[in-house]
Amino acid sequence: MLRIIRYSFADLIRSRWLYFYTGFYLVLTGALFFISADLSKVIVSLMNAILFIVPLVALLFGVMVQYNTREFTELLLAQPIPRRSIFLGQYLGIASALAISFLLGAGIPFVISGIFISSEIWNFSILLLSGVLLSYIFSALGYLLALINDNRIRGFGLAIVVWLALAVIYDGLFLLGLAWFSDYPLENAAIFITIFNPIDLARILILLKLDVSALMGYTGAVFNQFLGTSLGMGLALIVLVIWAVLPVSMIRFISLRKDF
Amino acid sequence: MPRILHLILYFLLLSTCLSAGNILHVGAGKPFTSIHRAIAAAKSGDQIIVYPGVYTECPILVNKPITLSGYGLPVLDGMGEKEGIIIDADSVTVEGFEIRNTGYSYIEDRAGIRVKKTKYFNIQNNRLILTFFGIYLEHAKSGIVRNNAILGKPLGEANSGNGIHLWYCADIDIDGNLIKGHRDGIYFEFATKSRIRNNVSENNLRYGLHFMFSNDDIYTRNTFRDNGAGVAVMFSRRIHMMNNLFHLNWGQASYGLLLKEIYDAEIRNNVFQKNTIGIFTEGSNRINYTDNDFLNNGWAVKVAGGCDKNNFIGNNFIGNSFDFAAVGNMHSNQIEKNFWGDYSGYDLDRNGIGDVPYRPIKLFNYVVDQTPETIILMRSLLVEILNFSEKVSPVLTPAEVSDAAPFMHRYSR
Repeated sequence: MLRIIRYSFADLIRSRWLYFYTGFYLVLTGALFFISADLSKVIVSLMNAILFIVPLVALLFGVMVQYNTREFTELLLAQPIPRRSIFLGQYLGIASALAISFLLGAGIPFVISGIFISSEIWNFSILLLSGVLLSYIFSALGYLLALINDNRIRGFGLAIVVWLALAVIYDGLFLLGLAWFSDYPLENAAIFITIFNPIDLARILILLKLDVSALMGYTGAVFNQFLGTSLGMGLALIVLVIWAVLPVSMIRFISLRKDF
Repeated sequence: MPRILHLILYFLLLSTCLSAGNILHVGAGKPFTSIHRAIAAAKSGDQIIVYPGVYTECPILVNKPITLSGYGLPVLDGMGEKEGIIIDADSVTVEGFEIRNTGYSYIEDRAGIRVKKTKYFNIQNNRLILTFFGIYLEHAKSGIVRNNAILGKPLGEANSGNGIHLWYCADIDIDGNLIKGHRDGIYFEFATKSRIRNNVSENNLRYGLHFMFSNDDIYTRNTFRDNGAGVAVMFSRRIHMMNNLFHLNWGQASYGLLLKEIYDAEIRNNVFQKNTIGIFTEGSNRINYTDNDFLNNGWAVKVAGGCDKNNFIGNNFIGNSFDFAAVGNMHSNQIEKNFWGDYSGYDLDRNGIGDVPYRPIKLFNYVVDQTPETIILMRSLLVEILNFSEKVSPVLTPAEVSDAAPFMHRYSR
């Protein structure tokens, strides 16, 4: 399996798209630093970009790589290699390549600007961590979608639908729901609902660090307890990891049964 | 003429003689072992020096104009049921004591030091530990409370007292005190023309400083940290608030500064940092908010109903989750020449003032006001889209809340 991870990682690292991706983050973060001296403001802007772009790119990459290496995968399947190793290896290769290029792209400008001696170091590490987790989650989802759908158009279409749903539509419905039921105590429900959307979870993880003053106890004890303590942070992280593990086990389940 | 001069000289001499007085020593192995006896033996203008030790003869009633000085922090212990010192004469100085354990009571307001209907008192350099009320001034005038440390243990609002409590007082100086762990750090009721300077008030259950029906007071260069709310000013007129720091007042109903039914106030050069709500104002008119810094608050300013003719000029709004929230009619209020961290306009004529007005209330502010739980969606893509569309064509946010001349650069102070 290690060999397959290494192969698919190396294959991706050589691709133009990944250079482009890393370059994009380099330019974005560098530019943000250049125009704004305020570190926490850079982190907020970067957060918006990360929550927007990382899931989209990871999804599309997951789908794309799965389709593009279909023939090679079939070749591998003809060899005496367990299916588990082939598919999980491929997935881990993609995800790690994405995560590393994100880390490099977003991290280098920060390192150059001397973040390590600043008090924003924790906010920034949370930002990087959630970016990495989102890369793993969404490339798994993308890979899974491509695995299920043999039709390429359909696979890409579904990937975009999933992204739109989680990035915007989910929050829209969420907002409507909250407004609709505003006569009821909604704190528990609100926290519960965010669990089903990894983008929201990642956002809250960063929010906990950045906007604590506003969130601290504005709406009752539950938010206070959950958002105000490290408990909330730990839970959000754990749920994010679960979000990464679930599609991976789905990949495994389907790859073992799929007829090529 | 020489005669008058002589007379003046004579009186000057007389008065210096009088104020010099004798010195009475209290302590183990000293002429007096009891503070009570020393006071009984003292004449006006005498000084009583109390040496280190624990004295359990509270309450100590000071009923003549004398100076009561502790040397090496002698302890007056109320044994859980007595007040510390009661000042019942003009021109009394109390300094250098540690007063502790007055005990808590639901029936009487026990105090570490109580001042009754007197003038020209001077209370300085004392430590008050676990006193129910710290320093309690009733009907007092023209006195000084300086450099005292008043440290309590917060229990609950009902069974905690106030650090420094003023009731019908005038012309009092409260300077350089440290107050912790009370209900209100400093409490003013019907206290006028007084000055509160250089104090630190923190970890109090309710307010760091609380004004009720008190007019013409000034507070400057104080720090209010981690209280239920930093300062509450209610039903008062002509209060000047300058150069104070309001810091970390966090919680469900927490404000840096709470204004209710107050008129003609000046709020200048203060720093509001990391409060849930920087300033909350309700029914307050003719107030100038100038040159303040609002940094990293949940809400920088929240204006509830009934506020007229207030001016917000020359403030820095940086890194707040929400800069401004307003309920009701804001037409008569002026918002101008502030620096807004979120401003994205341009300045073509390079005069330092943005060419596009800034509207500090965003759509999401409105949504959160309606349904507080939606705050969990803050900074999501959806909210950015909503805010943007509202910015392009405003429908729900009040048009009159707008800074017509936003500053392009942060005011440096």
